[in-house]
Amino acid sequence: MSEYSLSINGKKLKVDVSEDTPLLWVLRDTLDLTGTKYGCGMAQCGACTIHIDGMPTRSCVTPVTLAIGKEITTIEGLSENGDHPVQQAWDTLDVPQCGFCQSGQMMTAAALLKENPNPDEEVISMAMSAHICRCGTYHRINEAVKLAAKLQKR
Amino acid sequence: MKNNRRDFLKNMLLTSGGLVIGFNSLGNSTAEIISLDNLKDELLSNAFLTINSNNVITIFSPNPEIGQGIKTAFAVIVAEELDVDWEKVVVEQADLDIKRFERQLTGGSGAIKHSWERLRKAGATGRYALIAAAAKKWNVSATTLKTDKGFVINGKGEKLSYGELVNDAVLVEIPKDIPLKSNKEFKLIGQTIKSVDNKTVLTGKAKYGMDYKQAGMLYAQIVRPQGFGQTLKSFDATEAKKIDGVIDVISFKDKVAIIGKSNWPIMKARKVLTINWTNTKELESDTKHNQIFTDMMKNGPFEVRRKDGDIEKAFAEAHKIIEAEYQCPFLSHSPMEPMNFFADVKKDSVKLVGPTQTPQSAQNQVAKLLNIPVENITVELTKMGGGFGRRLNNDYALEAAEVSSLIKAPVKLMWTREDDMSGGIYRPAVRYKFKASIDKAGNVTGFALKGVGLNAGNSTRQDNFPVGAIDNVLVESADYKSDITTGPWRAPITNFLAYAEQAFIDEIAFAAGKDPVKLRLELLKKAIEKPVGKITYEPLRFEKVITTVAERAKWGSAKKGLHQGFSVYFSHNSYVAQIAEVEMKKGKPTLKKVFAVTDCGIVINQSGARNQIYGAIVDGLGHAMYGNLNFENGAPKQTNFDQYRLIRFNEVPEIDAYFVDNGIDPTGLGEPALPPTGGALANAIFKATGKRLYKQPFAQEDEKVAEIL
Repeated sequence: MSEYSLSINGKKLKVDVSEDTPLLWVLRDTLDLTGTKYGCGMAQCGACTIHIDGMPTRSCVTPVTLAIGKEITTIEGLSENGDHPVQQAWDTLDVPQCGFCQSGQMMTAAALLKENPNPDEEVISMAMSAHICRCGTYHRINEAVKLAAKLQKR
Repeated sequence: MKNNRRDFLKNMLLTSGGLVIGFNSLGNSTAEIISLDNLKDELLSNAFLTINSNNVITIFSPNPEIGQGIKTAFAVIVAEELDVDWEKVVVEQADLDIKRFERQLTGGSGAIKHSWERLRKAGATGRYALIAAAAKKWNVSATTLKTDKGFVINGKGEKLSYGELVNDAVLVEIPKDIPLKSNKEFKLIGQTIKSVDNKTVLTGKAKYGMDYKQAGMLYAQIVRPQGFGQTLKSFDATEAKKIDGVIDVISFKDKVAIIGKSNWPIMKARKVLTINWTNTKELESDTKHNQIFTDMMKNGPFEVRRKDGDIEKAFAEAHKIIEAEYQCPFLSHSPMEPMNFFADVKKDSVKLVGPTQTPQSAQNQVAKLLNIPVENITVELTKMGGGFGRRLNNDYALEAAEVSSLIKAPVKLMWTREDDMSGGIYRPAVRYKFKASIDKAGNVTGFALKGVGLNAGNSTRQDNFPVGAIDNVLVESADYKSDITTGPWRAPITNFLAYAEQAFIDEIAFAAGKDPVKLRLELLKKAIEKPVGKITYEPLRFEKVITTVAERAKWGSAKKGLHQGFSVYFSHNSYVAQIAEVEMKKGKPTLKKVFAVTDCGIVINQSGARNQIYGAIVDGLGHAMYGNLNFENGAPKQTNFDQYRLIRFNEVPEIDAYFVDNGIDPTGLGEPALPPTGGALANAIFKATGKRLYKQPFAQEDEKVAEIL
């Protein structure tokens, strides 16, 4: 076990974990930031997606040591009041069914819209196809990404 | 948490006054209204709704929420009859109390049908009492008053809020027959209403079973036999125990449990744990399953499920005989949240918290396992990351209780994705053999179905369409007791049977030279005019979804290059007809669109209902195309999403979802749109390519269609 200093959602936090611990488990088990979900543990489903220095990253395969000195953002820190354009769009279009995969979906959508404020169908499809939603909410996710792009411009 | 919630509610009501409405006992169909003075502690967490004098209206949803939208739909029904401002309603998940809520389970798409009247009565009772209280206050007749958005309003336009009336409302005597709104008076029901959980889900605050924590809680994972049919011989945990954060390694019932301070050390320990398993018998494999299917399809033993007329005579006198065999594999449920449960077993009490579709069964089974009275076992329902039937089985809750009991500590058991996919309770593998006869005029004279399943129970639905519309029918089933465990999977049995049957009826239509839609309508005409024996469906409702979807998709006059496949199915009391459209692009078939017309009676929430239609169709397409578990040495070869392919964002077609809202009391929607999907797709593929697909998953059966989505 070693102590690591991490910057998560704008806060400096210290954790005492082994160096190979994936960030996912640091967030969930150690820091109680359970909005980031475990779905597969092998970067297949995207439920664990967070931002590291703004880049969408699969926390289930990212050792804690890779995040040192970087800014980590989780769904809890995506916005202060839950009103990030992506969150607003997801709510307006009533996207979630079970909701379990949606924090990962939104983190990818938010990173995409930051990098590309006007994504076309193909770009959206490429980004969002890296995620699995077992409830099949893909139609509304598609609509919501487009709506979020509009909301972002306001 | 349960007690906290109770205390919170109690304090809220004690400080401000209020009323509680609930049903006091099983079979009592009159809702009760309870004043603070008579407030029994246990009623607080079991009532459908509470109103306090500060105008806070809390509606409790008793049924497990797995993403089907029941929490929102239930509250909408209560709020409709109560006539409150939806924006101000607080909706809470109720914990297990089967005495008051009767049916706290998620399965069979049955919740809405079952609770429709009860929920309305709960709301209407509140509204009745509030109106009566206002009438007394204003000294006018109750009939001169109306309600809107949480206010009682008199003829002069004066208003009293429900909160101002609650302390008088509790004194009102409630008549036996509470008047309910007519459908025309609905303000909320039928609207587009967002899920009440959006706010917490979208900010990461929603607590799923896997997110539950309690002070002093330990974590556990279990290594189960690698193959079904194996037993535990021995294990060596020397290396595993050396890992920092691992507390203990124990065994029970052919399983090895690793206990730790968090999940990662346990995951590392699993890699260095040495376990020896014993094969007590021949382990099952695809090869063995094929042999079993071939043998049993030929020799049975079959159980006769339905017999009408004389099938042998019909076949002997037939102008034409059509025969086909359809196959489907085992499937994993794979909800996004793997199985997990929290248990805190004390000497004579148990606290259970977690995701389950059948909390009562979890309670009963844990009581039996640990020999602790049922009344000392509490079950708190968490939010659930999907279910699809997997959480009808409480094996993982029992494991959590057993581990907690053995280590004498509160514990949260988590299954990894690999555990989830290889741990059993699958959709059973099934094969169907159909045989039909037609006469010279193209009428269907005989229909025989043989179903063979591996742990499928009765793999047929012997009283469903087209049975009842054909004079000579024989339906039989045979079941093999396999070591591979199975359970209900979204739309049990019909998730595959519907595809096989609808594809076969398509074959009959082509053999008879008839339009597939017209053939179904002809059969239904017979079921309307002269039904044969008992039928479970209403032919007129069936007919309506068929004609409506045909109109919407312009069946028979689709534009050139567009190939349409039709399918219709009745399940879980709802009717869904679908037309899939396949387009040929550079010689390759592509699925463009699926039309779905649904009759589930009254649509309670347009948004939730549409979500279920989209989701079920996507689910049906994905599993028909890709879903597959192959077995070798008693274990599935696929253990995670790298090999077990699920449908993704870029693969979904456009969907046109339409509801025949006929004002009939509502039925469920969690499952009914899934069964017809595979058939619509297969029939459209046949139109486009001329090839019938007899085996799922289609992507492996025919490489030409592997990229159809």
